[in-house]
Parts: sequence; structure tokens; C-alpha cells
Amino acid sequence: MRAAFIIAAKDLSQRIRDRSAILLGLVAPLGLALIFGAIIPDTAGGSFDVFLGYVDEDRGQVSRGFIEEVLPDVVAEGLATATSYADLDGALADVEAGTIHALYVFPEGLSDGVMAGQGGTVRLVGNVDQSISTQIAEAILDGYLAEVDAISIAVGAAVLNGATDPEAIIATAAGAPAAVVLADTEAASRELDIVTFFSAGMAVFFLFFTVQFGVSSLLEERFHGTLPRLLGAPISRWSILGGKALTSFVLGIVSMIVLAVATTLLIGAEWGDPAGVLILMLAGVLSALGIMAVVAVVSKTPEQAANWQSIVAVVLGLLGGTFFPLSQGPAILSLFSKLTPHAWFLQGLGDLSAGDGLAVVVTPALAMLAFFVVTVALATLLGRGKVLAP
Amino acid sequence: MNVLECAGLVKAFDDLVAVDDVGFHIAAGETYGLLGPNGAGKTTSISMIAGILESDAGTVTVGGTEITTHTTEGKAQIGYVPQDIAIYPDLSARENLRFFGKLYGLPKEQLDLRIDEVLEVIGLADRSDDRTDEYSGGMKRRLNIGIGLLHEPSLLILDEPTVGVDPQSRNAILEGVEALGHSGTAVLYTTHYMEEAERLCDRVAIIDGGKIRAEGTRRELVELVGQRDTVNLGVVGSAPRLVEALQPISEIESISAAEASVEILVEGASELLPRILDTAQQANVGISGVEVVEPNLESVFLHLTGKALRD
Repeated sequence: MRAAFIIAAKDLSQRIRDRSAILLGLVAPLGLALIFGAIIPDTAGGSFDVFLGYVDEDRGQVSRGFIEEVLPDVVAEGLATATSYADLDGALADVEAGTIHALYVFPEGLSDGVMAGQGGTVRLVGNVDQSISTQIAEAILDGYLAEVDAISIAVGAAVLNGATDPEAIIATAAGAPAAVVLADTEAASRELDIVTFFSAGMAVFFLFFTVQFGVSSLLEERFHGTLPRLLGAPISRWSILGGKALTSFVLGIVSMIVLAVATTLLIGAEWGDPAGVLILMLAGVLSALGIMAVVAVVSKTPEQAANWQSIVAVVLGLLGGTFFPLSQGPAILSLFSKLTPHAWFLQGLGDLSAGDGLAVVVTPALAMLAFFVVTVALATLLGRGKVLAP
Repeated sequence: MNVLECAGLVKAFDDLVAVDDVGFHIAAGETYGLLGPNGAGKTTSISMIAGILESDAGTVTVGGTEITTHTTEGKAQIGYVPQDIAIYPDLSARENLRFFGKLYGLPKEQLDLRIDEVLEVIGLADRSDDRTDEYSGGMKRRLNIGIGLLHEPSLLILDEPTVGVDPQSRNAILEGVEALGHSGTAVLYTTHYMEEAERLCDRVAIIDGGKIRAEGTRRELVELVGQRDTVNLGVVGSAPRLVEALQPISEIESISAAEASVEILVEGASELLPRILDTAQQANVGISGVEVVEPNLESVFLHLTGKALRD
């Protein structure tokens, strides 16, 4: 055991000295988390601001329904701010300037047309640089207009059936449909906010690059000719392997913890209950260690191992949803993502963020530990007789 | 008392038997040479002796303790200097020494002392804190040896330590090995340089094809060949024709031909040389040079294996 610590201390000293571990374990993931968090809007956590405006030239039932019933709910949810404009030209100028992201224009006579069963048109003007905000504005309006369509049809049907009091019919029809649903609150609560998502995603993505330094250093020992010296020293062979694994483990866990603290302090990431996060980190580091050990075992040179490990890290990272939330992709992707520790790690953090207690990390942690057990067994099988050959 | 005893060592890689029933012993203060060409089985043998490579059969004891790949006790008595330079290029000489000293369990005070001593011995005291990738080849080679000496082993194994070394560093290494022998350290020295074996080794084993062909002091080995001399002829013309022409001379023990030379093993070369040159003239083969070599380990190797001791 003492020899393993001596070997790990030497390896860690080398890695810190050549700055490669610091670069890949801290600088790169922190930098990317900062960049992604800054340039990609948060659609899940409510911190992304949508500035909406409206011009009500209609002043009828349809425009009032939207302005007085729908928009206040959207604003209350924290999804957007809404500004009223009396002057269309002034509103369009603000859209052009980017002061507001999207503008609803309710034309004169809209409500009359709808109530007459003839339909009508609501104009949506979006700023060219705010496509996501415009899409959100469109989605809000679509939901409302679907409801209006239902009312319009009901009114038309009532009139055809001989009803003579349209106002009473509209009041009845408007009371029937469900309110516009803006979000799936259950799903949203299990997703990380965008800053935390990219902080955790980059941390687990680069974890696989960080841990490779330890497991691959056995190949470097052979390359430098120092492996026979280690084998000839009065230490057990397991202590050599243990030293390398310890190097990977320490590099991995330290980089994860430092990233969690740094992203919390610098960009306000919310990783969740520290105990749960630590459990997920420990399991994640072990799973990465096992996978990279398999790649190291089947490689012949340090360069070959580094190349393969990079490919594996990138493929698993993409598949595991470290660059975009899996909920945004096709369902099949979510299924395949379970073949990666990354997805389990992010799922564990997401569940933890929902505040359901430490129990929610048990399944993701066990899944990642299963990766560790299987890959270590595989590495042992594949490396038998050749890993410690002089 | 013998420091090293090994017997019946066997190692095969698939169908290739690299080491076949190798065994010898080395006493304290004795320098023992394994002399043989590349691929003879020297490195495989010492890898098993150092507990680096698992043997298929045989036993090794150092200071009475059995050595295998899984034992740790006896290995502390062995200093191993691999043929290839085995140091960490991004660490300094002092850091390399400290790391391996810790692995060998040297207490801190003793380790600090030994590091300074070894750095003096190998002449790197003034460059001890420089990264070793800034060292010359000779400096790296000296550090390579210094690491093996650090823990004051009772058995030092040196695997071709002068390969690729400049003459000055080579001489320094040979002087160092001689001094070790005088200090009581048992030294196992592998080489394919006959002169090194003759200069350093109290006893020599000639190894070829994984087998020890002969073993003894230089005198004992030379006696195996008798008082035979080696005559090397530079040939202008057909070397095989000259070999054929010389066959009838009964005093000639063996002849081997290369592209432009013929090597002849005879007893009493000076008396026979005129007759050999006459025969070459009659065979219409020109002679561009003549060299007579008295018996040495090279001759012994030629006698035992039928081939020259070359790279």
C-alpha cells in the first residue's frame, strides 16, 4: 500500500508539473462551462429572459383574452416580460433595436371577425437575433389561438343552431377549455438549469480525459523503460497497478470537486446536496477509471492509448448528453444514453436537484459502479499476462 | 558464501526457448560475466534472476532468499540496471533517485545521504536538480547505474551497461564496476564485448542459443580451446575457394568464411602461416591482410559455437 502511494505521488507530481492534468481536468471544462452557460439560453430553469411587446388595435374579446388572461400567467411564471405599445411604429422600432424580442400585433376588427365565424390574423414580429425568444412567443400564441379556434367553432355552431345571444355563447365556450399549459412542471423539475447542466456536463466529459493520465502511465513506464525497474523493486505487483489507479482516482475526484466549487462560486451552478453530489462523483470517477483502463490495456503505446481514449471519451460524452439535454433529442437517444456513465451522472444530479433526498442517487450511482465492475473485470481479463510484462 | 544461486532456469516464448537450463552462482565480491551475442538469452536470464520475468522452471536465491516475480523480500538485496536507460525524463536526477530509494524502503535520513553519495560517485552532483531529458547520453547512462547502486545491494545486475556509450563514459563505468567488485558486491555483468568480460569478470559464462556453453575463469575457458590461434585473412577473390584449398592442411582445426575474409583456427599460427599463404597463392586467391590473434574469449566462443561473437 505504501508503494502504491509513492508511485501515485510521483505520477501526480509529473502530471501537475507538465500541466496536462490541470489543463484537461480544470481549465478546459471550466472554460467551456462558462462559455456554454453564457451563450446558450436557459429554457428549463427560468433564468432566460424573453422580452415581449404587444399592440392592441383590436380592443376586443380575442386580444383582451390574450393580454389579460394569457400574458399575465406567462409573466408570473417568470418566462417573460410584457410591454404594451400604443403606437405600432414605435413598437416595431423597439423590435428592430432589440429592446423587445417579439411583438404581438392584434389588428382592428380581429374579435369581430372571430365572433362572426370568419377568423382573423394576429401578427407576430420577431427580432432577427432572438430566434428562440420568437419561437417561445409563437408557442405561447399558438396555444391561445387553438383555444380561440375552439371558441370560434363553438360560436359558429351555436349560431347555426339558432342561438341569438353571441356574448352569452362566447362566455359559455370560454369557460369550458382548459387554461393554456405552459410547461410540464414535473419534467422541468428534474432537469438541471442550463448553467448547472453545462458545469456538470463538462466536468463529467473531461473526467474521462483526466483519469486516463493514471491508467495510461503504465504504458509510459514501459516506453521509458522504467517498468522493469518497478517490477524489480521490492514491492508487490498490485501496488504498481494500485498506484496507477490511485493516480487516476485522485485526479478525477479532485478535478470534479474543484469544478463543482468553482462553477458554484463563479457562475452560480446549483449542484445540489453535497453528500449526494459526492456519491455521484465517486461512482462517476470509478466508472471512468474502469472504461479507460480497458482502453489502456488493449493499446500498445501511450500515443495509441491517448488517441483511443479521446475517441471513447468524445463518443460517450456525446451519447451521454453532456453537450445538450437529452430531453431535447429523440427518444432513442435517451435510451442509448443509458449505456454511458455520463447520462447516469447527469440523471442523478437532475433527480438530486428536484430535492427528493439522497435516495435518488442510489440507482445512478449503482449503475455507474456496475460500469466500474464490468470494465475492471474486462481489463483484468484482457490484460492478464501482458500488463506487467517487462 | 554465494550471494546468488540459480539453477535450471528455463523460459520459452511460444515455441522459442529463450533460456534453457541456465544455472550458476556468484560469491560476494565476485564479478561474473554472461558473454554472448544479442539474442543469446542474457537479458531473459537476468530478468528471471531479478524477479522481473516469471520463469517456466528453475530457482533463484539471493542471500538465501528465493526470488520470484511475486516475492518482495529478496529483491531489496538486488540492484538492477537495465540495458535501456530507465529513468523519468521529466524528473531530475535527485528526484529519480529519491523515488526509487523510497520504493526500496530507505529511511529519509539515509536516503538523503545516499543520494548525495551516489550523485558524487556518478559525477552528477552539479547537475542533480536538472531534468534528465537535458542530460547527455553518457550522463543518463551513469544515472541509470546510480539508481541500481542507491540502496547498496549485495548483488548488482548490470545488463550491457556500456551499449551506446562514448569511450570516456565507458571507461568510467568499467572502473566503477571494478571498484564495486573490490568493495564486496557480487556483480552479474552481461555483455557481448569480449574485452569487457576479460577485463572485469572473475568468471565468465559463455551463453548462446539460451544455453550456457562453458563457464570458468578466463584461463579455464581458454584451455578449452587449447593453445589455438586465430588467423584472420583478408581475401581478394573467392573466399570459398580458399577454404576448399586449405581443407587438406591437417593442423587447421576449423575454417569459416565471410564475404571477403576467412577465419582459421590453428595450433601454432606462426609456423603454419607461410604454408597457408602459399596455398592461397596456388589457389589464385589474393590476400589483402593477415592478422594473428592469440587465444581469447572470442576464440573460445568461436570454438564452442562455430560463430563469431558479434552484434
